[in-house]
Amino acid sequence: MTYTSSIGIRVNGEVVEREVEDRLTLADFLRNELRLTGTHLGCEQGSCGACTVLVDGSAIRSCLTFASQLNGAEVTTVEGLASEEDLHPLQSAFLRNDALQCGFCTPGFLLTAAEILSETNDLDEGTIREAISGNICRCTGYQGIIDAIVEVARSGSER
Amino acid sequence: MKPAPFHLETPQSLEECVALLAEHGDEAKILAGGQSLVPLMNLRLAQPSVLLDIGGLKALNFVEENEQSFRIGAITRLRDLERDANFAKSQPLLAEALPHIGHTQIRNRTTVGGSIAHADPAAELPAVLLACGGTVKAVGPNGERKISADNFFHSYFSTDLEEDEAIAEIELPRWKPACGWSIQEISRRHGDFALIGIACCVTCDDEGVVTDANAAFFGVGEAPHLVESASSLVGTKADDETLHQVAEATAAELDPPTDIHVSAEYRKHVGGVLARRALSIAYQRATGNIT
Ligand SMILES: Cc1cc2nc3c(=O)[nH]c(=O)nc-3n(C[C@H](O)[C@H](O)[C@H](O)COP(=O)(O)OP(=O)(O)OC[C@H]3O[C@@H](n4cnc5c(N)ncnc54)[C@H](O)[C@@H]3O)c2cc1C
Ligand code: FES
Ligand code: FES
Repeated sequence: MTYTSSIGIRVNGEVVEREVEDRLTLADFLRNELRLTGTHLGCEQGSCGACTVLVDGSAIRSCLTFASQLNGAEVTTVEGLASEEDLHPLQSAFLRNDALQCGFCTPGFLLTAAEILSETNDLDEGTIREAISGNICRCTGYQGIIDAIVEVARSGSER
Repeated sequence: MKPAPFHLETPQSLEECVALLAEHGDEAKILAGGQSLVPLMNLRLAQPSVLLDIGGLKALNFVEENEQSFRIGAITRLRDLERDANFAKSQPLLAEALPHIGHTQIRNRTTVGGSIAHADPAAELPAVLLACGGTVKAVGPNGERKISADNFFHSYFSTDLEEDEAIAEIELPRWKPACGWSIQEISRRHGDFALIGIACCVTCDDEGVVTDANAAFFGVGEAPHLVESASSLVGTKADDETLHQVAEATAAELDPPTDIHVSAEYRKHVGGVLARRALSIAYQRATGNIT
């Protein structure tokens, strides 16, 4: 038996109306239905943070939320960060600071950082370390990621 | 797709949710923040065929203080409590527990009711509820009932809730100015579940003599555990000698398991150390020496 729900959500500013299977996670919806494959799946049990997206401005695990729960929500994925012309300030800072190597974890870090910077620019390194503690990176050793976020916070350029 | 097929229902009230629980029996599960249930479903360790999504029930999203008590609605998200500047003043122990629970992205979704109902023996909130002497308000087909924390947590992931009951809110005593607090835990990495932890409250009179002391451990067995050893602080000024004795008595009293992470001996030893540390901080806060 297949159960479905109809949802209307906004993804990166665009209205999306679909009939989705109730058990479809937001991550699978974004990747398989909308082909927004920037959202990565690592563990699918909440531990790695690769699948982090913004829902109504809050960073959440898209592997632990069902698309069918999100009628009316506003979702931002990594594809929604850059404008036509420019990278998002966080993306530029990640480039400058060697904050990525393979890039698998990067979308999750960017959206986690985007959430904290949307609340305050008053961030010291300790606060940033704590804020990204839910994201795992196997390549960089984290320091570049922290430096990149500190840089954006100091320049106040995020908002 | 990861989880087994299910049908998502969105009851419009907790009463409707309870009626659906009664109708579907053990086929149905409440979905609150989903941060414990959905991992279990993705691993197919849980395969409910009906999910009752209560995340949108605004009536259960509140923090309310009156003359007698302090109440928190079941679907209140942990991150909202963290952002509420007054909350830390009203319930400092619970507020201090929040940053220990998972990560910001987890706390954006985790609900107070979900954490209590899930009753992970290593979870912080059940121990806080126990240390504070709180109660759980549950709603079932026959109406409401209140269950004190010391009767609520039975065993691993199992509570006093009946299959057709849901948590509506938790209630904590109003915080007394003469009450100090501390939560201490050891985990492998920040945000991981605790290997062992303690949540405690210590109350003093004007002379700095302890009148009440409660300490609840988590990560020590099948349920959060209120230790008797803390009561020997009563009548003392929590001097070094007393704290040392309490630490030894605590280590002797705890009967934790050995698991893949650490041994029972380790937990007993660290339990004593954490008891001394936490009770000492709580005492100093109670006497106003630190805040
Ligand atoms: C990476 C990660 C790290 C974590 N670290 C910690 C940690 O350090 N400490 C900690 O305590 N927790 C931790 N958690 C668990 C997290 O806090 C859970 O979200 C919480 O235990 C359950 O809350 P929830 O609202 O997500 O509930 P759900 O996952 O939605 O539900 C959990 C269970 O409770 C039941 N339930 C939910 N609400 C009610 C209700 N109102 N009435 C009756 N039953 C109900 C559900 O049916 C289900 O069985 C972590 C989770 C993750 C993914
Ligand atoms: S894939 Fe969602 S947290 Fe790892
Ligand atoms: S850049 Fe490879 S995992 Fe982080």
